[in-house]
Amino acid sequence: MTARVGVVTFPGSLDDGDAARAVRIAGAEAVRLWHGDADLHGVDAVVLPGGFSYGDYLRCGAIARFAPVMEAIIAAARDGLPVLGICNGFQILCEAHLLPGALTRNQHLHFRNRDQVLRVESAGTAWTNTFQPGQEILIPVKNGEGCYVADPRTLDELEAEGRVVARYVGGNPNGSQRDIAAITNAAGNVVGIMPHPEHAVEALTGPSLDGLGFFTSVLKHLTGVPA
Amino acid sequence: MPRVVVDVMLKPEILDPQGQAVANALPRLGVSDVSSVRIGRRIEIDFTGEPDLDRAREIADKLLANPVIEDYTVRLVTDDAVDAHP
Repeated sequence: MTARVGVVTFPGSLDDGDAARAVRIAGAEAVRLWHGDADLHGVDAVVLPGGFSYGDYLRCGAIARFAPVMEAIIAAARDGLPVLGICNGFQILCEAHLLPGALTRNQHLHFRNRDQVLRVESAGTAWTNTFQPGQEILIPVKNGEGCYVADPRTLDELEAEGRVVARYVGGNPNGSQRDIAAITNAAGNVVGIMPHPEHAVEALTGPSLDGLGFFTSVLKHLTGVPA
Repeated sequence: MPRVVVDVMLKPEILDPQGQAVANALPRLGVSDVSSVRIGRRIEIDFTGEPDLDRAREIADKLLANPVIEDYTVRLVTDDAVDAHP
């Protein structure tokens, strides 16, 4: 049976098309979910894509967090539904309190857009189980508000529990504390990542195929066998 | 009708690069005696009936501010006071 992975479109989402394509290239069926629809249509996992939901008004992700589809996703995520938030999706997951901390304006104030090396720190999540711990990957980063912050106690907890999923290597593009690029919740089913794995799934358009691993990981997680 | 004003500020320990950029621009105005600028947000809320401060605090806590990085204050101002900055 083909896994069905939902990709949410909010007003202002930009990368929902690329996320859906990454899901298909990984071998799953992409199911488009609409922000105003509280029904998850029986999907096995959800991707919250990048972009500028609701124009980034108030704070990035602050208004998207109250969309009807998010109420359903928050409840399902607490029951173990795999959820990957990319860029704006990461911001929404923090605003929804599914992940700790917050994403703030890049320290240098510039929008940063480049291919970025990351080190995968945790291969124990639903979205990173096809990587090796310590593996370095190359995927694009593009954000203006990607600076991850949390209080020192939360950061220590994330480190101690192995919940820092990926770190920036070779230069921190936004000032994120402890070079954090991606984190997970305690159960490992919810992952937020600031760079864009969905833009690194094809040789024609990406700097590598390294991003595909996030999408094949969730299929392995769902089926128990490598995709 | 009195109006509810919510002020949202980044917590002191959170870096405010926007405020820093403004502070760094001040010398170009010839201002050299400012040590820090921090930027926040002021939100004015008008209720249809009597202002409800508890409801306003709930709105501030759930939506207007992100308590992870921001502090907020909620206060009531009369119409006169809104524009009466000394």
